[in-house]
Amino acid sequence: MPHALATPDSYLTDFRTFETSLPDEGPDWIREVRQQALARFRELGFPTARRGNEKWKYTNVRPIADATFSYPFDAGAEVNLADIRSVAPWDDGWATVVFVNGRYSPALSTVVALDGVRVTNLEEAVRADGDVIERHLARHATFEDDGFTALNTAFLRDGAFVHVSEGESLQSPLHLIFVTAEGAEPGVSYPRTLIVAGARSELTVIESYVSLSSSRYLTDAVTEIVIGDGAQVDHYKLLLESEGAFHVATSRVYQSEDSVFTSTSYARGAAIARNDIRVLLDAPGSSCTLNGLYLTSGSQHIDNYINIEHAKPHGTSRLFYKGILDGESKAVFGGTVLVQPGADKTDAYQEDKNLLLSEKAEVASKPSLEIYADDVKCGHGATAGTIAEDAIFYMRSRGLDVETATAFLIEGFASGILDKVRVQPLRAFLEKLTAKALRGSRFGQAS
Amino acid sequence: MSARAGNHKGPLLEVRDLHAGVGEVEILKGLNLTVNLGEVHAVMGPNGSGKSTLANVLAGKPEYKVTAGEVIYEGSNLLKLTPDKRALNGIFLAFQYPVELPGVREREFMKTALDAIREHRGLEKLSVREFNKLFQEKIAQMEMSPDLVKRSVNEGFSGGEKKRNEILQMVVLEPKLALLDETDSGLDIDALKVVANGVNKFRGPSRAIVIVTHYQRILDYITPDFVHVLIDGRIVRSGGHELALELEAKGYEWIKEAIESGEQVSV
Repeated sequence: MPHALATPDSYLTDFRTFETSLPDEGPDWIREVRQQALARFRELGFPTARRGNEKWKYTNVRPIADATFSYPFDAGAEVNLADIRSVAPWDDGWATVVFVNGRYSPALSTVVALDGVRVTNLEEAVRADGDVIERHLARHATFEDDGFTALNTAFLRDGAFVHVSEGESLQSPLHLIFVTAEGAEPGVSYPRTLIVAGARSELTVIESYVSLSSSRYLTDAVTEIVIGDGAQVDHYKLLLESEGAFHVATSRVYQSEDSVFTSTSYARGAAIARNDIRVLLDAPGSSCTLNGLYLTSGSQHIDNYINIEHAKPHGTSRLFYKGILDGESKAVFGGTVLVQPGADKTDAYQEDKNLLLSEKAEVASKPSLEIYADDVKCGHGATAGTIAEDAIFYMRSRGLDVETATAFLIEGFASGILDKVRVQPLRAFLEKLTAKALRGSRFGQAS
Repeated sequence: MSARAGNHKGPLLEVRDLHAGVGEVEILKGLNLTVNLGEVHAVMGPNGSGKSTLANVLAGKPEYKVTAGEVIYEGSNLLKLTPDKRALNGIFLAFQYPVELPGVREREFMKTALDAIREHRGLEKLSVREFNKLFQEKIAQMEMSPDLVKRSVNEGFSGGEKKRNEILQMVVLEPKLALLDETDSGLDIDALKVVANGVNKFRGPSRAIVIVTHYQRILDYITPDFVHVLIDGRIVRSGGHELALELEAKGYEWIKEAIESGEQVSV
């Protein structure tokens, strides 16, 4: 029995065409990285949910492996800003960089010209930014043990490169939009993001994955975030893919001394969605807060696989995820807080709470702790519950009908995460989106 | 006041031979009670006598099942109305154990409730500004903190704060029939005075109040027009305020013994 699902030939065929389509200039190392990644993908293939594979225990990616998704060689998909604004949050004050089917769109993007801040397409950065790129790109999101990351790296070309120099700060949020356009055949895109925050810099980045496509497609995204000493990064990831989409995202965060990382993940669907986040607190005094809200319905499946590694002392990590599940949807929460030997005075807490709106919705929530240091404070918790009948009755006794009472309670549950969104227009957008998604849910289960 | 109330001439509430319980257990075993507008009734009884069941049945709590008897409110069958319809028609229950609503802000909750009730009464919704003004006035009256409006309903409140909040909601929503279920329990004397003061200000010819309580302590501050003694699912004796004082002095055993000895009880 093979260790992995068979690798469809289409990816290999596409890779040969992809390679010949690349411009000749550019450093050799990136060519080698691509080829190594492809070779690794051929060995690994897509992961299986078979026994012993804890990373993928509750998520079966066979529907992805069995389908054929083509690389979008035709980069000329017709997309305009009005289309994007209909599906993504928007604020005129935000600098925006747009990728269509994973390909950079200069026409739809804002030029960012700020002292100490570089925002550009990765393809350009690989040519022009030499050292910083070579030091970080594909170094944090390694592909040795991950088929999806290997595949993304094999097709590494376009993507967002954000570099904030030491002591500089980006005043308004930077918005990276990865949009899948309507295509003739099922396509795959390989969004790629590298964010390097110099020492004592500050920035807010929003990564939005949106869709204008009603057909099935695959988004295989990789993000690397490198945070320098004393720097602060506020990161938002919005998964707003179409209901039939497959979305597999891998994020790797590297934190230096006294750095602060805040992450908010908002996910509304996709047929199969996987958020694999790993944060490495690799220096004393660093802290991270990871907030997440996911809404699923129908037969959707979401898997949040989040690992936080405390490698050095005096690190703090907080994780608060919440899920609202309807229909026959399923949510998986996995991953580990790992406290390495010597990482004393670590303070870590993770919590995953789920609200089930339907009897057929399912949760597999398994947060875990692995502690190899003595002097630490760690805790975790997971819950899955239904709408509280006594709360519904209480609200009805004040004159609210069942639908209004239920909506209040569900939105109240979601507000625990949404209230933490610090970018005001983004919070308003997400609150509206959440209310709309929940109105489409099957309210009125309570009697 | 609603159009219906204007047309209705009889009692506000008539409970006739009410039998009700939870699951297979019958708790109310033929209860009779008549309440008119302008009246304050106290229903007193020992633990397990059915006091809370009466309050919850009248408010329409789903797990309570009525097996016999009827409840007429403003001349119509109350029992066929959903809990929210009862609230729209002027019934309010101050909960013995107010429920925490995480993430639901007090102001939004009360504004939505008052909007629904005013709409049902044929009144215009209050503007946000008008509502905020009204709400802050009532919060001040209940001696609560102005930041209450932004807090989640009852979340992290002390026992006393929760009970005050119930009375606050009552004075904002202005029901016709307020049912206070053990509102005095768990209150210190200062909080009890605030709650009683809220209730007393609320008393009036267009409203009725039913206070369900184990102890007569609250009746030192809210003088009832009628006192009823509830034992084993039935009202076994009714009288004026002096009955409560007699109960205070002699305890519930006195009434039980009187009934067992065959003494005539008035209803």
